[in-house]
This record gives sequence, structure tokens and C-alpha cells, in this order.
Amino acid sequence: MDLLWDAVRVLAIFAGVMNLVPFLVLAERRISAWIQNRVGPNRVGPGGLLQPVADVVKLLFKEEIIPARADKVLYSLGPLLAFAPAAIAFSVIPVGRGLQIADMSVGLLFVITATSLAVYGISFGGWASNNKFSLLGGLRSSAQIISYEIAMGLSLISVIMTMGTVSLSEIASGQSNFFAWNIFRQPLAFVIFFIAAFAENNRLPFDLPECEPELVGGYHTEYSGMKFGMYFLGEYVAMIVMSGMVVTLFLGGWSPGFPLPDGHLWTAVSVLTFAAKLGLVLFFYIWVRWTLPRFRYDQLMKLGWKGLVPLAMANIVATGVVVTLWDAVRTR
Amino acid sequence: MTTNSWDGGSDPRTTATAGSGVERRTGVRKWLFRLYLPSIFKGLFNTFLHLIKARGHKTFTIQYPEVQRQVRKGYRGEHRLKKDALGREKCVACFMCQTVCPANCIRIVAEEAPWPDRDKRPKIFEIDMLRCIYCGMCEEACPCDAIELTEKFNVVSTTRAEKIYNKEKLLSN
Repeated sequence: MDLLWDAVRVLAIFAGVMNLVPFLVLAERRISAWIQNRVGPNRVGPGGLLQPVADVVKLLFKEEIIPARADKVLYSLGPLLAFAPAAIAFSVIPVGRGLQIADMSVGLLFVITATSLAVYGISFGGWASNNKFSLLGGLRSSAQIISYEIAMGLSLISVIMTMGTVSLSEIASGQSNFFAWNIFRQPLAFVIFFIAAFAENNRLPFDLPECEPELVGGYHTEYSGMKFGMYFLGEYVAMIVMSGMVVTLFLGGWSPGFPLPDGHLWTAVSVLTFAAKLGLVLFFYIWVRWTLPRFRYDQLMKLGWKGLVPLAMANIVATGVVVTLWDAVRTR
Repeated sequence: MTTNSWDGGSDPRTTATAGSGVERRTGVRKWLFRLYLPSIFKGLFNTFLHLIKARGHKTFTIQYPEVQRQVRKGYRGEHRLKKDALGREKCVACFMCQTVCPANCIRIVAEEAPWPDRDKRPKIFEIDMLRCIYCGMCEEACPCDAIELTEKFNVVSTTRAEKIYNKEKLLSN
């Protein structure tokens, strides 16, 4: 019975994430259209709702081209490596009270580790394509992700210090009160984490790995068909994972702002709350993408190393002082 | 000017010299500008306004098949051969349009007119719409005001042959 429940949970959460991707793509297209005073795709199905299906069918039926002198193994492995870690990382994010695929005691570290693996997919793809633009895109991506990972990890240390745990389910349940949300307790860490999350997902304003005006398509210049589709999918799943992290770590996770009573009904409420928050963060992602221009490469590095990393370190020191004093006051 | 614009270094508003009428950012305002976040939120607010406007259907898009674009006066679309009061074609097969056409898309074969008021009329009057550049020179050259360009622009055909319009088609256009 337990095994069955586990299987159902895994399937439900995984299917939920995978089905969110096409709608995210549609939302991206329509929101970008609205921001640019256009209408966007509205012909396929009611309100364009079937557009993602059409997109996926198109991708599936497209010819897959492997460049003549590409490294065939790595070339095929790249899209998979870009997608799998992001999908794995979602397994530890609590989507509701007590609802996650795996409740790891080191969940936060697991997400950080898994998402940083995605860079292999991108740099493998970039290198294996045997194309200058792809290689440059891959290199940029690895440099960018390594740089921003440091800022991200450092900003999370202060969160871990305030919460006193690295388990994501405990972090989420520790923010059941509205004023206990980490966005109020760690506003600086929130800003740093959010910015680093954009860079980590290669989203505008940090999408230098695929910067169209300079690199044609960056690391996926040579990709076509469903291999390109996998990169696309991986990018959006990674975006969902990062949004889930933002919600869990800073926006109170599945908590609607007050401690929930026991009961299955309230568990459902917690899932809906998580979904709503996730949707808001994802909307913000899309909104930012269609507002800000792309950073220049040196600006990106400067912001990461000279801006976010020192700020995150200062935040750790400040958090340490406050936490120590708070403990001293409480134990007295 | 060696610094980058994201820290406010080379922004013309901050580097403007005194007396140029542009205020130099100082103190808190300069710090806020260097922080970059206020400008980002300003931009986000702006795009959000556009989003709301577009949701209220204030878009520039013309939803084409359902909504047709209103063409301007003087728009040059497909050709039409005009008829006179008796329902005969006005054309007298003078070959002026065929001569003036820069794309060589008009083909006329004349025959004797059965009517007393003119010598000739076109037996064949064909326009190859695939060659036509819609310049309107035929309309200007015509001495009888027999050919004119209509405002029709959205006409579909599935074969090349359909795109060669004959006299009947042009008269009914």
C-alpha cells in the first residue's frame, strides 16, 4: 500500500511538472505578446490552449540533424543531461504539506547539486556540435553558472542559518505564519537568490549562452527536432524547479500565511497555495524576460563577482550576528 | 567613462558637466541608481501597463481573416476593366497600357469592333498577375479610362494558370 501511494505521488508530481511546461510555453508566448501590444497565439483551440500540443507535434516530426563532424555520443547525451537533473531536482520540493517525492534531510543541498549538473548538458551540447557559436555558448554557460552558483549558495547559507535546517520540508513548515516567511526575515538573500536563479536558468537578462545577436542560438545552434525540444523542456523544467525553490525557501512554501489545521482538505489547500505561488513566480520570470535587455558579458561577471558574492557574504555575517544574539537573549 | 552603464558610470545624465542643465545625481539618488533595482521596477511597471492594455484588447494586431484591414484611398490592388453605360467594355485596344507596362504583364489582341463609335475592341485582354508590380501605370496611360486598379488585395489561387486574368475576369472584377 505504501509502495502504491509512493508510485501515485511520484507519477502525479512528475506528470504535473511535465504538463506545466507546455502551458508555461504558451503563457510565455501570450504574455510576451500582451507586453508588446500584440495578441499572441489564439487560434489553436480555445484561447490558443492547444498551441503547445501543436508545437510539440511539430518538434516530434521534425528532422533531426547531427552535424557531420560532431561527437555523436555527447551530442545525443547533451539534451538528456540538460533535462534529467532539472527533473530530478523537483523530487525534493514539497508541493504541499507532507507531499514530495523524496523527503531528504539534505534536500536543499540536493537541489543545488542537481541543478548545477545541468551545466554539463549545455557545455556537452556546445562542445559536441563542432560549431564555434555552440562552443562559445557552452563556455559562457559554464562560466556563468559557476559564478552565480557561488552567490546562490552563499545566499542560501544565511537562510539555512535562520531556519536551522537544510531539509526543504522543514524549511517550508517553519514558515507557516505569514510573518515568518523568509522574504521578510532574509530580504537580501531573497533578492540575491532570485537574481542568481535567473542566471542559473539562462533566462533573460542573463541568457548569454544563447544570445541570439552574437551567437546565433548559442549552445543549441546545431540542434533540431526533439533534441532541441529536450533542451527547451529542460530549460523550462529548470525554471519550474527554481521557482519552486523560491516559493519553498522564501515565500512560505505551501503555507497560505497561517498554520493549517489537520485533515486532507487542508492538505489540498496547501497544494493549491503552492501552485498559486509557483504560478506567480513563474509569471514574474516571464515578465522580467520581456522587460529587461540582456546584460553584456563583462557586466554579468561584474554583477556576479563584485556585486552579489560580497553582498551574500555580508549577509551571512549579519545573519550570524543576529542569530547568535537572538539565541543568547532567548536562552538567558 | 571607463566604467559600465549598469553602475551609472557612463550614463549621460550622471556624467553631464555642470551647467549643461542636467542634474547630477548625488547621495542617495546616485546610490539608488547604481543599485539598478529602481530602474528595473520602473521598467516592470511599464511593461505591466502594456500587458493590462493588451488584455483590454488594445493591440495593434488586426485579426486578419475575421477583421479586414481598411485600405487607404488610392490603394493599388487588382485590376478591373470598366464598362460603359451600354454594358460594353470601354477599352478600345489602343495598346497604351501594354506599351507603358514596365513588367510586360499585359497582353492584348485586338479585333474589329461591331459598334459604330470605335474601330477596335480587345479580343483578348490578359494580365499576368504574377508579373504585375501594381504600379498603376496602365491606369494612368489609358485614354478611355477603361482600366483601373481596385482595392482588392486578398485573392488566393492554387495554380499559376489561375493567376493569368482574362477579359471576362477583369470585367467582372
